[in-house]
Amino acid sequence: MNTQPTFKLTTTINGKPVDAEIETRTLLIDFLREHLGLTGTKRSCDMQVCGSCTVLVDGKPVSSCSILAYEVSDRDVLTIEGLAQKGELHPIQQSFLDEYGLQCGYCTPGMVLATLALLNENPNPNDSEIKSFLSGNLCRCTGYFPILNAVRRASERLAQEES
Amino acid sequence: MLKPFVIHEPRTPQQASELLNEYGWDATVYAGGTELLVVMKEGLASYAHLINIKTISDIHTIHLTDNDAALRIGAAVTHRAIETSSMIAAHAPLLIEMERSLANVRVRTMGTLAGNLCFAEPHSDPAAVCMAWPGASFELTSTDGVRQVLPDEFFIDLFMTARQENEIMTAIHLPLLPPGMGSAYHKFVLLERPSVSVAAFVSVAGTTIKSAHIAVGSVGPVPYRATAAENMLLGQTPGDEPYRAAAEAAASAADPVGDLYGSVEYKRQLIRVLTRQALQQASERAMGVERL
Repeated sequence: MNTQPTFKLTTTINGKPVDAEIETRTLLIDFLREHLGLTGTKRSCDMQVCGSCTVLVDGKPVSSCSILAYEVSDRDVLTIEGLAQKGELHPIQQSFLDEYGLQCGYCTPGMVLATLALLNENPNPNDSEIKSFLSGNLCRCTGYFPILNAVRRASERLAQEES
Repeated sequence: MLKPFVIHEPRTPQQASELLNEYGWDATVYAGGTELLVVMKEGLASYAHLINIKTISDIHTIHLTDNDAALRIGAAVTHRAIETSSMIAAHAPLLIEMERSLANVRVRTMGTLAGNLCFAEPHSDPAAVCMAWPGASFELTSTDGVRQVLPDEFFIDLFMTARQENEIMTAIHLPLLPPGMGSAYHKFVLLERPSVSVAAFVSVAGTTIKSAHIAVGSVGPVPYRATAAENMLLGQTPGDEPYRAAAEAAASAADPVGDLYGSVEYKRQLIRVLTRQALQQASERAMGVERL
């Protein structure tokens, strides 16, 4: 079995089934931005250090700049465009807004998705767990404290919605 | 943009080896891709054939082997799977400590332990830990058969290992630590990868050190065993004085390469500090003062 230089990708992006004829060498970030026009996913360092290009694959965070679109065959991909529902921000997005957890906003899609991945597996993280999980998402504006506040607030907000 | 390639999806290690035989230098093994795709994007390497070993079914698990005396970690097991494994937590908690601080969670989600070892980047965390791990070995499989290679035979030079062109690493074998042995992994990190890392395994019986394994990573092309330091510790009573002397010996044995992770003298000083700390913690764990 092999996958030729061009192949048919079948995947799910933000809950919608997607079929596309693409080159095997296509990086996930380019598939999202160039093929699907989902430009909320940001390219920055291009070497998996900064976290701007974070998307979730089956709920797990990956650097879309350094993974092949081939890898998301038959998987569920979530990008920042998939979070708001019917014009209403996701509780994590709302928390970043409320706590001023952003300035220029370039790292924010990655920060928000990394936060979602964290809270999915650990709904009530302590500060050290938050810092450890988000240590690979860099922000050059905020000094991180408003981001930490936003994550704490998102954790509380999601817990309230549950109850 | 990457150059075009075909991705092959072998079902067995033998099929993967056949493909490597067939395509030679035009092919490479592809697993997590966290290191491979970066060098391909930089144009430092290009391959017309990627052999995706994740399609091999029986290299995805972690289990006990050798009558429950060792762990076998399959080559497709990711860093994150190790970090969150209850089997590893119960039998090899040092690996979890190492994995938790490796790169970032996205790299750990995609990247594999075997891939990290085979890539042989000089600042590898797992390389130093495996180098010190008593009895660790790597399973290499090809159409010629299966062989076990010890870490100090495996790491040859930067980005260079004893893995032959037609071999794939199929598993990592780590014997469980015997009672009375403690382990520790200490590193200093400025960037994504360590400037210096030290792994130590110390056995203590009563008030006497029975064995010591020390490996220093990130300072040169491959990790090295600080054998003079290890020998000095035998028969000693655990304490700051022998650890300082051993740390001095470990630092003297180094041939550091200055790079953007630190100068030669800076790395040598870090070896002194980290070796002392790692020995201290490993022996405390050996004596049950601190539980890992």
